[in-house]
Amino acid sequence: MTTFDEMRLGGQARPPYEGYSSWFEQQDPKRLNQKAGDAERVFRRTGITFAVYGDAEAAERLIPFDIVPRIISGKEWRRLVQGIEQRVQALNAFLDDIYHRQEILRAGRIPKEIIANNAAFLPEMIGVRPPGGVYTHIIGVDIVRTGENDFFVLEDNARTPSGVSYMLENRETMMQLFPELFQQVKVLPVENYPQLLRESLKAVKPQGCEGTPTIAVLTPGSFNSAFFEHAFLADQMGVELVEGSDLRVVDGHVAMRTTQGFKKIDVLYRRVDDDYLDPLTFRPDSVLGVPGIMDVYRAGKIAIANAPGTGIADDKAIYSYMPEIVEFYTGRKAILQNVPTWRCSEPDSLAYVLDHLEELVVKEVHGSGGYGMLVGPAASKKERAAFAKKLAAKPANYIAQPTLALSTCPIFTSKGLAPRHVDLRPFVLVSDRIRIVPGGLTRVALKKGSLVVNSSQGGGTKDTWVLDD
Amino acid sequence: MLLGRSANGLYWMHRYIERAENMARLVDTGLRLALTQTGMAADEWASVLTSAGVRNLFEQDHDTFDTATVTNFLLRDLKNPSSVMSSMETARMNARMVRTALTRETWESVNEAWMALTRMLRRPVGEQDLPLVLDAIKRETALIRGAFHGTMLRNEIFDFAQIGTMIERADNTARILDVKYYVLLPSVAWVGSSLDNHQWQTILRSVSALRSYRWTYEGDYQPTNIAHYLILNRRMPRSLIFCYQGINESLGYLADEYGVRHACHEMASAKLEKLRSASITDVFDEGLHEFLKDFIRDTGALGDRIAADFRFY
Repeated sequence: MTTFDEMRLGGQARPPYEGYSSWFEQQDPKRLNQKAGDAERVFRRTGITFAVYGDAEAAERLIPFDIVPRIISGKEWRRLVQGIEQRVQALNAFLDDIYHRQEILRAGRIPKEIIANNAAFLPEMIGVRPPGGVYTHIIGVDIVRTGENDFFVLEDNARTPSGVSYMLENRETMMQLFPELFQQVKVLPVENYPQLLRESLKAVKPQGCEGTPTIAVLTPGSFNSAFFEHAFLADQMGVELVEGSDLRVVDGHVAMRTTQGFKKIDVLYRRVDDDYLDPLTFRPDSVLGVPGIMDVYRAGKIAIANAPGTGIADDKAIYSYMPEIVEFYTGRKAILQNVPTWRCSEPDSLAYVLDHLEELVVKEVHGSGGYGMLVGPAASKKERAAFAKKLAAKPANYIAQPTLALSTCPIFTSKGLAPRHVDLRPFVLVSDRIRIVPGGLTRVALKKGSLVVNSSQGGGTKDTWVLDD
Repeated sequence: MLLGRSANGLYWMHRYIERAENMARLVDTGLRLALTQTGMAADEWASVLTSAGVRNLFEQDHDTFDTATVTNFLLRDLKNPSSVMSSMETARMNARMVRTALTRETWESVNEAWMALTRMLRRPVGEQDLPLVLDAIKRETALIRGAFHGTMLRNEIFDFAQIGTMIERADNTARILDVKYYVLLPSVAWVGSSLDNHQWQTILRSVSALRSYRWTYEGDYQPTNIAHYLILNRRMPRSLIFCYQGINESLGYLADEYGVRHACHEMASAKLEKLRSASITDVFDEGLHEFLKDFIRDTGALGDRIAADFRFY
């Protein structure tokens, strides 16, 4: 398996990295080392930390930041954008269909059971058409690269994707550390993301809402691992950051408790999972949500982004059908490829997967964050045997994919540049139109050879540059 | 527009920053007395604990009032909700919750104070390091105040924060006075011993007012002057009347901005009126202890009223 290095270390830099490379060669490694330390101090002081679940000692940890940017040419980016736009249109069309006529099931393009038996499918959403007809407003599409022209979608995050604050803070930090570099290399800006998000949310205001809608961000609270991001986005958009305890249904609207009484909210960007959104409809023990919000929603008096029930579109079992889904709703072949996927629920696939565990990545259908997965080539014989047992016991719980030779991008270490595997999460906004800022979050596996980029598993981040060329 | 919960967060964030600072000052005072009058150290520490309102809590776990035990309890014990470390934790937690209402400078100063104090108070503080640590606490809280006053827009956010600071300060000053009120009573003062002089200085020192008292009263340590200074002097930033001027000013801005006056407005202005028209002789006639007891109770009630009127919960 040969690995594609995006910078092409050791030889002539690949074209997108030429400008950076010539700048880099003139730098004093000592100074860069110092800059890397400065970056960490900046992050710690501003309090950009995240909590790792199940790790009480390190309640507040920084996601390591690497000072070498990940660079994408304008041409590469434009192609990605086409593929992403097609994909998010298909995702929204799929959601609308699945909660209404279910044409795709009638056409036999995807099996009925996969919907019927899926916890991510919300019967409460059947027949509900959200304001503006948009279901998933904010999407993080995880993309990996294996060669010059080989991009694959690894995952669609259509529920409440996080990480956009890191995209913005990473750029901010790079501009603080290396202002002169941005003079030499023309990079497209990402800092207008919050304004785009605000515009995008405004455009899906509910019918009957006159004038400028009141927008709020709903957070589970300051103990949530992504609280920094929730606060950051609310702040940058200039809207209120609310918790469930601030909200109440008043006169058929959702309203927030202010120092002067209750004030109506028209658009809610919620970062609380479906299960916790409304104790009257979903989990009755939830204190994070708003009792009765689903009734207000069904009455069309509030827009919720993303809509409840969007999880059915990014479920890993559904993922394997994305090529069919894209074709069904857009009438064209998917521009962005899926990673080939074996559904272990199918006996032939299961047999194949069990036979080839040492070369596959096996994931839980409902898992996330890199937990509960097996990276075959990196696992020991014993680990594989143990996993095979779990897999055979509940095959429908798993999918398997080939171990992709993820591209690498160098990171800065005390011994100079060293290649590490990366992925990319661009952030897509869907409402009256599709908005994508040129960039995204690049996650990087800091351990040599590791393919797991998740921050909860020792991954870091990089600033992602899309060149203005 | 401000969420009730945010107003609550701002209010408590500032109460706890003020508390952390006052606690450092109180420990400083106790330390000085313990150093100069070794025989009285245990008594002094006991009265410091009473001033801080945590004596009962202390006695649940400890039975000696020595410097190391008491200072560690007041500075770093997380079981003590008013210790400097607990206060900074609570202040930062609230700041984090309302960080969209704060300027970057303010948030960062709180976060940096928390980081510095966490580092400094991780291990028990030895007696030789105490002065350094106490200075650091006062410096960090001063930096927060500087960032806050220097960068925050004067709006409702500022007002709720200011009310929190002033309510806490009024409560703290009244408590310090109440613990030492007997030192100020005329009958005892007649004795005029050097011990009493020390005690008076202690009171002034614990509200950082030793030097400014000398400017105002030319070094004449009269008990009535000291009581007047801490209760009725309108220009002394930690006096009871000053705190109520501040509370009333902020509540007044809120009334202007919201176009409505609540029950808390009437409570606060009645109290200020009473302080304005009182002479220190009146206070002593009423009984200093009774006066302070009522004051502490009324200030607590005012805080509750403000929380209700502005929908903190």
